Amino acid sequence: MSRTLFEKIWDSHVVVQQDDGPSLLYVDRHLVHEVTSPQAFDGLRMNKRIVRRTDLTFATMDHNVPTTDRSLPIVDQISSRQIQVLEKNCKDFGIELFDIHSPNQGIVHVIGPELGITLPGTTIVCGDSHTSTHGAFGSLAFGIGTSDVEHVLATQCVWMEKPTTFEIKVEGKRKNPHAITAKDIILSIIRQIGTAGGTGTIIEYRGGTISDLTMEQRMTICNMSIEAGARAGLVAPDEKTFEFLRGKKYVPKNYDELVNYWRENLKSDAGAHFDKSFTLYADKISPQVSWGTNPAMTTDVTGTVPFPEEYSKGNVDEEKAALKALQYMGLKPGTQITDISLDRVFIGSCTNSRLEDLIEASKLIKGKKISSKVRAMVVPGSQLVKRQAEQLGLDKIFKDAGFEWRESGCSMCLGMNPDILASGERCASTSNRNFEGRQGAGGRTHLVSPIMAAAAALAGHFVDVRELDLN
Amino acid sequence: MEPFKKIKSIVTPLDKVNVDTDQIIPKQFLKLVQKTGFGQYLFYDWRFENGDKPREDFVLNNPKYCDSKILLTRDNFGCGSSREHAAWALLDYGFKVVIAPSFADIFYNNCFKNGILPIRLDSQSVEKLFNNSSEIEADLQNQTIAVGDIIIPFEIESHRKKTLLEGLDDIAVTLQYEDKITMYEKSKSKL
Ligand code: SF4
Repeated sequence: MSRTLFEKIWDSHVVVQQDDGPSLLYVDRHLVHEVTSPQAFDGLRMNKRIVRRTDLTFATMDHNVPTTDRSLPIVDQISSRQIQVLEKNCKDFGIELFDIHSPNQGIVHVIGPELGITLPGTTIVCGDSHTSTHGAFGSLAFGIGTSDVEHVLATQCVWMEKPTTFEIKVEGKRKNPHAITAKDIILSIIRQIGTAGGTGTIIEYRGGTISDLTMEQRMTICNMSIEAGARAGLVAPDEKTFEFLRGKKYVPKNYDELVNYWRENLKSDAGAHFDKSFTLYADKISPQVSWGTNPAMTTDVTGTVPFPEEYSKGNVDEEKAALKALQYMGLKPGTQITDISLDRVFIGSCTNSRLEDLIEASKLIKGKKISSKVRAMVVPGSQLVKRQAEQLGLDKIFKDAGFEWRESGCSMCLGMNPDILASGERCASTSNRNFEGRQGAGGRTHLVSPIMAAAAALAGHFVDVRELDLN
Repeated sequence: MEPFKKIKSIVTPLDKVNVDTDQIIPKQFLKLVQKTGFGQYLFYDWRFENGDKPREDFVLNNPKYCDSKILLTRDNFGCGSSREHAAWALLDYGFKVVIAPSFADIFYNNCFKNGILPIRLDSQSVEKLFNNSSEIEADLQNQTIAVGDIIIPFEIESHRKKTLLEGLDDIAVTLQYEDKITMYEKSKSKL
């Protein structure tokens, strides 16, 4: 019987199958960070349990680490404690940790792929919803809660009900791929299918446009699958995937053998059945800007802030939500998106903080100055990204333009460290969530691509990047 | 985990769609390293102005609901971040049952790990509950909600029901399959 890629990975990881209810799945890679793990390790201690597979478990600290000078002590005592607790837990249980001083430290979803921990055909879990990022490599990767973190530490398995399958095809040639980015593709998808459009499903992104994307771009798309409510998103691996991973630090020794196997096996069979399907034509989309407080509240840069009744199309609950969102965001319906002025710009997060993102943004910035009204920062996704960017001189380009150039971490994506918006501040952000207070209580987030964020930093308001010279 | 008993209580109506876990428990409280004590921060930014003054217009601040154990809300509750702190905060505050037309996947799963019963009800029934102000009883064993004389049945996956009713420890259950896990590890290619 023909099967989808997801079904193949699922089938090859089932340890226990019951007639009814969830299956016990084996976990190939478990990524751990400081925020969602302390209670899990405590649970192990309380029950005198050990970590079953320390060799398949990797930890880093990313969510609440400061992005300023790391030779200084951490000012926030509670953050500092959480970091110490992770250090102790990794030491006590024998887990490899990329700590704040490690050259491999970074956002967990950035370092997994760049270290070759992420591999095609594997199952990957992490106590973080954006684990879906790793699906770009054709792995089944999903976020879990802390109880499941404990469960995986103890058993290397996780119970899961089999999700349904959702095919999202992206077709059409983008006229200007520098202006219409992966971020615009995924925001367009979420805008159309809604924040619960993917609930209960595993999305497989397919089609010509997806094949054309680089690995970084595929990661941006898979990353935001959770913003459409999906358990995971994946892309079938191809030569780009295999080349990206080749030679990375943690890939297995028999890499070529594995590649041969992956090449043959890791794709959906022709005629495989998907439970749901949706097609996006990438040649028809514009740069996207979110105006509200969830990622589906997004529109074209050429558009206007919508009227709640027009946005909600008759759904009373959505209309109320839109009204509330506009109040929170301090926006009037009918306002041109390009008339929205900004206080802050944030280029970073596991969605858009990889080398390619920084290169794209820097091309526009080079030799220019950001608006005097704007405070802007770049937070590379990892220490490796930071080093590579510095080798290319990107740090200088950003700093000369007036950007702050920081150490790696989640930073203002969720503002658990000192990088936050003040109440009422408006920010163009390359992150993935524009929820109320996400980047700081009262802060207003507009989700955009790195190139849109860079252009907004220069102008002090949103700009249609298609009108700029991006080559 | 304690076995789940019948819950009888007045219902706290939270009339919002897409309530994300960032709202349920804002990030500044995720730095704690234990599971308890999160209740005081539940819906923090909606509940308090400037961090301490209760907002009168927020439903949790209405004294009528102060002993409520059942939260009633709209579609896609618990979306966004996987933080289990959201479930811990609800439980610590006193909610044992959450009723909504739909839930986000990870949150739904996290509830069961902590002895909270999330009930999916069709939108019409949810609407009815929003218009009702008396006590209701959620009975997991019989899969019903009783509002006065009206009985509304609900669906739940049988294994999840069992987990809650018996208060099972997931890990202990899984460790009964130790031989299968070991067999899997031996048979599959090493990655
Ligand atoms: S960068 Fe943001 S979304 Fe990504 S893991 Fe960190 S906090 Fe989560």
